[in-house]
Amino acid sequence: MSEGTEQDDSRQQERPSNSKVIKKLVLVVFAMFGFGFALVPLYDVFCDITGLNGKTNDVGVAYANDGIDTSRTVKVQFITRMAKGIPWQFEPESNEISVHPGEIHFVNFYAKNESQHDIIGQAVPSVSPGLAAGYFQKIECFCFTQQPLKAGEAVEMGLQFYVDVDLPAEINTLTLSYTLYDITSKVGS
Amino acid sequence: MTTDTINESLDDAHNDHHAHKMTGIKRWLYTTNHKDIGTLYLWFAFIMFLTGGALAMVIRAELFQPGLQIVEPDFFNQLTTVHGLIMVFGAIMPAFTGFANWMIPMMIGAPDMALPRMNNWSFWILPFAFAILLGTFFMESGAPNFGWTFYAPLSTTYSNGSTAFFVFAVHIMGISSIMGAINIVVTIMNLRAPGMTYMKMPLFVWTFFITAYLLIAVMPVLAGVVTMLLTDTYFGTSFFDAAGGGDPVMFQHIFWFFGHPEVYIMILPAFGIVSTTIPAFSRKKLFGYSSMVYATSSIALLSFIVWAHHMFTTGMPLFGELFFMYCTMLIAVPTGVKVFNWVATMWRGSLTFEVPMLFSIAFVILFTIGGFSGLMLALTPVDFQYHDTYFVVAHFHYVLVTGSLFSIYAGAYFWLPKWTGHMFNESLAKWHFWCSLISVNLLFFPMHFLGLAGMPRRIPDYALQFADFNKWVSIGGFAFGLSQLIFLVVVIKCIKGGEKAPAKPWDGAEGLEWTVASPAPYHTFSTPPKVD
Repeated sequence: MSEGTEQDDSRQQERPSNSKVIKKLVLVVFAMFGFGFALVPLYDVFCDITGLNGKTNDVGVAYANDGIDTSRTVKVQFITRMAKGIPWQFEPESNEISVHPGEIHFVNFYAKNESQHDIIGQAVPSVSPGLAAGYFQKIECFCFTQQPLKAGEAVEMGLQFYVDVDLPAEINTLTLSYTLYDITSKVGS
Repeated sequence: MTTDTINESLDDAHNDHHAHKMTGIKRWLYTTNHKDIGTLYLWFAFIMFLTGGALAMVIRAELFQPGLQIVEPDFFNQLTTVHGLIMVFGAIMPAFTGFANWMIPMMIGAPDMALPRMNNWSFWILPFAFAILLGTFFMESGAPNFGWTFYAPLSTTYSNGSTAFFVFAVHIMGISSIMGAINIVVTIMNLRAPGMTYMKMPLFVWTFFITAYLLIAVMPVLAGVVTMLLTDTYFGTSFFDAAGGGDPVMFQHIFWFFGHPEVYIMILPAFGIVSTTIPAFSRKKLFGYSSMVYATSSIALLSFIVWAHHMFTTGMPLFGELFFMYCTMLIAVPTGVKVFNWVATMWRGSLTFEVPMLFSIAFVILFTIGGFSGLMLALTPVDFQYHDTYFVVAHFHYVLVTGSLFSIYAGAYFWLPKWTGHMFNESLAKWHFWCSLISVNLLFFPMHFLGLAGMPRRIPDYALQFADFNKWVSIGGFAFGLSQLIFLVVVIKCIKGGEKAPAKPWDGAEGLEWTVASPAPYHTFSTPPKVD
């Protein structure tokens, strides 16, 4: 390309060789590709610590006996939603209950597979406002496991929970939303 | 900056040695010459611009009046999606890479790009990417219909089957951009003429240098997120699928971690172009050169910590909203520095209004309007109203069309004499400018009001009260689309003939590129010039 003059030589003395720069840049490219994937566990950890995305605990917690705060009443609402394509009926026995922080409550959810074939369902919980998710403690929940229902089968599924006494004072209502997904094909494969 | 005239004659002699230059299609297929590749990029970008524009014409025809007239809603979604993808990845970005290829070696006194063979590759894989993307239109499943932002689960669970093609196309575009960016960085680091220190580089070169780093940092993240999309859709992973423990909101975080630096990838080179043209036609040095360099760098750095301002309505906690709001507003500071510097450059200059200057001035004014609407969108409380309305559409078209695109036109008219050796037809070019200026504002300005009144974006139908404005917007759209054909005529006429251009057709222009003949010889600066 170039004629190889003295200036070319002086150029190269003060500057890193092309291949060195390229190697570094390619390394950055791979590092950033990896960083994209590293964001996945980082996001989970970050949300776990801060409770940002409304995710609740996915294994049961033991009841922390911090007493019951009878001076406060918190509304807990239940919402159920079917993801696209799951032909189930799925609803809570009551849409809203009032609880004192620290009190253990038990709520039943009714599910029925209204289709002609067996389906494995998975309910995914989410609490709103997101920052309250860390104070919503589930002792036992059907959402910890999959829910296989035969064609036409119906079942009552239990949720046992308490609201942490440390729940920030400005939060008076918690909404627990369950979205039910059909994971038959995922489990099958 | 000086060069001995011997250089030129040397270059000419050198040119003759290369009589074995290939002819016909092979010249373009096998070329490793930065000027050839720059030309290829620019033509490719213009063809893609017309393609994406044609899609926009159909969109505007459908929106000409309320109700569904021309296209089905699903096809409308495909149109908006592919229009966005083509304009971002096929028109604006390759056009800037074309400028980089043509001008950077000539501006820094280098004989070519540092990695000429890779340069050939980074261009020639691009047409395949867009062939795949556009090919989906002719498939049974149809083209991608999930928006250019391809949010999960629209692009996974609810995809129409085009996801794989979309992902592979984006992968190829990404590889092309990364190779191009590596080439730019290596060229600028290693091939500057002796004496040209970093702070003596033209600002044009600086902005491309910083943009190249942005590309290297975020294009791999885009590659990562589309890969996750691919495995979620076809291989049973659950990155973004809540049923399997994933989180669809995480998609938006990763996407916008790429997406926000991406918007600066599309505007920083524009800053570089107008920072070249405005001093030339003001006959003054660029005001505040070093503050421009630092402003560009700080915009690039800030672009990494503002991504979630695209996601204010996803239910972020207040602290997050405030953090991203203030960081976003902070970007207005270095951007303001730039706008004031351009104005200060013009202040008391001996201004003349050749076509590149007209486009540059329009850029400064209209880009600033787009910047202001961006500032409004940055305010969390009002963003809840503006989110996903035509206000957003107005905002990003002001920064991308009257911003990036107008700067591309400014640069194209500025360097056309250098590229072709002929002056362009000034009156035809002025027609192009004035038609574009009037129609683009008719096209995008009423969108602000439509958005404030609540018209949602990406919907093929709208409520009756929006009918009048939409009619005007569509008329502006058709007029703007037609005006761009004038540019095509100007360029073809300029290539074919016209007044012979001198080496430096603009008397106020500065830089090494004007020390070589017009048209620029096939090989320039085989011997590096001395820069004082």
